[in-house]
Amino acid sequence: MADKDIDEATGIKTTGHEWDGIQELDNPMPRWWLWTFYATIVFAFGYMIWYPAIPLWNESTMGISGQTNRLQLKADMQEVETARRDIIATLAEQDLEDIRQNQDLVRFASAGGESLFKVYCSQCHGTGAQGGPGYPNLNDDDWLWGGDLEAVYTTIAHGVRNDEDDDARISQMPAFGADGILDRAQINAVSEYVLKLSNQDHDAALAETGAGIFAEQCTACHGENGRGIRDLGAPNLSDAISLYGNTRETIRDQIRQPRHGAMPPWVNRLGAASIKQLAIYVHSLGGGEEAPSE
Amino acid sequence: MRNGTEAIVLAAATFMAFMAAAAASDDLFRAHAWVLFFVLGIATLVLMRRVEFAPVGAKTSIFNREDTSGYMDDVIRFGAVATVFWGVVGFLVGVVIAAQLAWPWLNIEPYFNFGRLRPLHTSAVIFAFGGNALICTSFYVVQRTCRARLFGGNLAWFVFWGYQLFIVMAATGYLLGVTQSKEYAEPEWYVDLWLTIVWVAYLIVFLGTIVRRKEPHIYVANWFFLSFIITVAMLHLVNNAAVPVSLTGAKSYSAFAGVQDALTQWWYGHNAVGFFLTAGFLGMMYYFVPKQAERPIFSYRLSIIHFWALIFLYIWAGPHHLHYTALPDWAQTLGMVFSIMLWMPSWGGMINGLMTLQGAWDKLRTDPVLRMFVISLAFYGMSTFEGPMMSIKSVNSLSHYTDWTIGHVHSGALGWNGMITFGCIYFLVPKLWNRERLYSLRLVNWHLWLATIGIVIYAAVMWVAGITQGLMWREYDDQGFLVNSFIETVSAIHPEYVMRMIGGLIYLAGALVMSYNIWRTIRGDLRNEVPMGGHAAGAAPATRVAAAQ
Repeated sequence: MADKDIDEATGIKTTGHEWDGIQELDNPMPRWWLWTFYATIVFAFGYMIWYPAIPLWNESTMGISGQTNRLQLKADMQEVETARRDIIATLAEQDLEDIRQNQDLVRFASAGGESLFKVYCSQCHGTGAQGGPGYPNLNDDDWLWGGDLEAVYTTIAHGVRNDEDDDARISQMPAFGADGILDRAQINAVSEYVLKLSNQDHDAALAETGAGIFAEQCTACHGENGRGIRDLGAPNLSDAISLYGNTRETIRDQIRQPRHGAMPPWVNRLGAASIKQLAIYVHSLGGGEEAPSE
Repeated sequence: MRNGTEAIVLAAATFMAFMAAAAASDDLFRAHAWVLFFVLGIATLVLMRRVEFAPVGAKTSIFNREDTSGYMDDVIRFGAVATVFWGVVGFLVGVVIAAQLAWPWLNIEPYFNFGRLRPLHTSAVIFAFGGNALICTSFYVVQRTCRARLFGGNLAWFVFWGYQLFIVMAATGYLLGVTQSKEYAEPEWYVDLWLTIVWVAYLIVFLGTIVRRKEPHIYVANWFFLSFIITVAMLHLVNNAAVPVSLTGAKSYSAFAGVQDALTQWWYGHNAVGFFLTAGFLGMMYYFVPKQAERPIFSYRLSIIHFWALIFLYIWAGPHHLHYTALPDWAQTLGMVFSIMLWMPSWGGMINGLMTLQGAWDKLRTDPVLRMFVISLAFYGMSTFEGPMMSIKSVNSLSHYTDWTIGHVHSGALGWNGMITFGCIYFLVPKLWNRERLYSLRLVNWHLWLATIGIVIYAAVMWVAGITQGLMWREYDDQGFLVNSFIETVSAIHPEYVMRMIGGLIYLAGALVMSYNIWRTIRGDLRNEVPMGGHAAGAAPATRVAAAQ
């Protein structure tokens, strides 16, 4: 009987149970296993005494440390805010040209502007501010609404073609095709002229006709030589940069039924000091212009 | 008359589905009712063609074999095949969504975008593959270890087919866009109700068989299976508590809101891991590992203590999914400490499994199925250490929301759940179909290595990706400004995303090797091959001759 309950291979007693040929050895629990288990239990109680752990009627025990997620966050945020308070106040107070003269402020604003840009702007303008179809590249010197610090600030602060901000930059190009202002042949002719403006292959005869139409319909906004008027957000048509494409088809589409980019206002969300940082960052990307001398 | 009543009931249900489609108050419900109509309609036709008026005669089908064991094994044969089938489907969808993450243009709107395929993948692997494995092995194990036939007669068939219907309704619902947006509990209220009915039937079959047992004691595997069935029922009912907008509409509103909803969801979600993927699969381990090793369980005492500790501690660990959220601090603390205390109870299963091989380690040289079980237990041990570690709040602040979590889940799911299921299937199929052995043990070995390499690639690149993400998200410059935009943290891990897909592809390849091996085994073929541990050609011609016969 006793022999039957001993496992031959290990010499350990079995429990005497058997299910479908499976037996169980009567080994004790491994000591290291048991003691590690106890240790985790001791740790658990220690941790529960140190941190908030036991729910009571209205709130929980706070633990000896008195630490909560919210308190930790508050402390962390306060530390950052205290460290930055003075510099942020200065940024909010001074105007952009004065900020530019102060090396420390510029260093702070560029870093802060880059960080803000990555969080709020990169979705449309790309992480390197390189833009994309329909979203302007901010690294070049081609500006729709102006490239000096004040102009960049205004564009970021109030946005473009939005209903939220009364100071948003607004302009609208007529839908020359869709609204029947020009017929198909006229649009084709103007397109050839626009191609000529940016030194691309074009039909010379058609461009000749197009020049007349352009002078009549387009110069009010795009200027007599097609170099654009920034107060109206009317792009320069004589360079190789264009928001919606510079091919024959895309130019025709844009004249027939123009697309218009929009941008939300940010000053109401981020505050003037942040917008100034953004303006300084964007201005520093390569295409920043000097303010026109009075 | 066999199948007569069943065919009539199914026909009536088909008609009800037709009426539901007619009365539907929204398009999604209507589309889903049509799916149900066609599924049930086809099932009715199949069943009608199989109606037998003669007394039960000679069975010739590949599934309905002569019952030699006295146990109810037909349904288990179906279960084994369904497990392999859903496994391949689930892994395939996993590879597809991994590719979608690496190359977003692979998202095909609207039915095959990531948002709809992801729950299809998780449900296919957890509930379809894992669920079928659990149902099929628990039916097999409970009969053998109780020396009793399954309780309830055809109720077991209802459980099997009812569960398949749940899977089909859940899967088609995801593709159509029917979801209640609860992770791992996406199916809407009517599919949840159906699963509840099926699950209660499952409990009745399982518990009834235990009650009718001819053994004095209940074997440890059955404790685990029973705790899994009962707890999953409880989790399912509570987390899916919802009010439908209309009885003929797909939309419902959860009974919980805000942080209570989040906590209920993760109480459910974590214990889906704890009881579905851990307790249930430990039930499989406790039967199939000692059977395959032909050794007694290492320690009865360990099995008692780690069973009760595991099921008592697991249920409280869910809040660790909500560290640093609106969840009150005390709940986060408790979630964390219960997870840490869970470490050793989880390892109890690994120790009992691995130490059961005492006196049989030499079998690893020749038995790739046993190797599969050992690798599975190793991954189980690794991921049940990683889990408590990740629940520590300071570790979690780095790992949370990153791909580290995804890697952790997959080393558990692919390594532990996948490998042990493969081992069980390799054990079961020759027995269920009365074959002398598997078609090829060498192919099992191929599967073992493909799967292992796949998992190692997957887990390793997800560690790298997750820690990269975690560090980039929290990177500040010397003036306290965030350094990276979110999209930069996404493009930084693109290579890892590609590697992850390759890891998944290798794992899928292993599963296809298994499917082939299983198919040939069921057909009754034996591959003419050098036995495992035997020598290559020329060295031992005698062995080869023996194998050839």
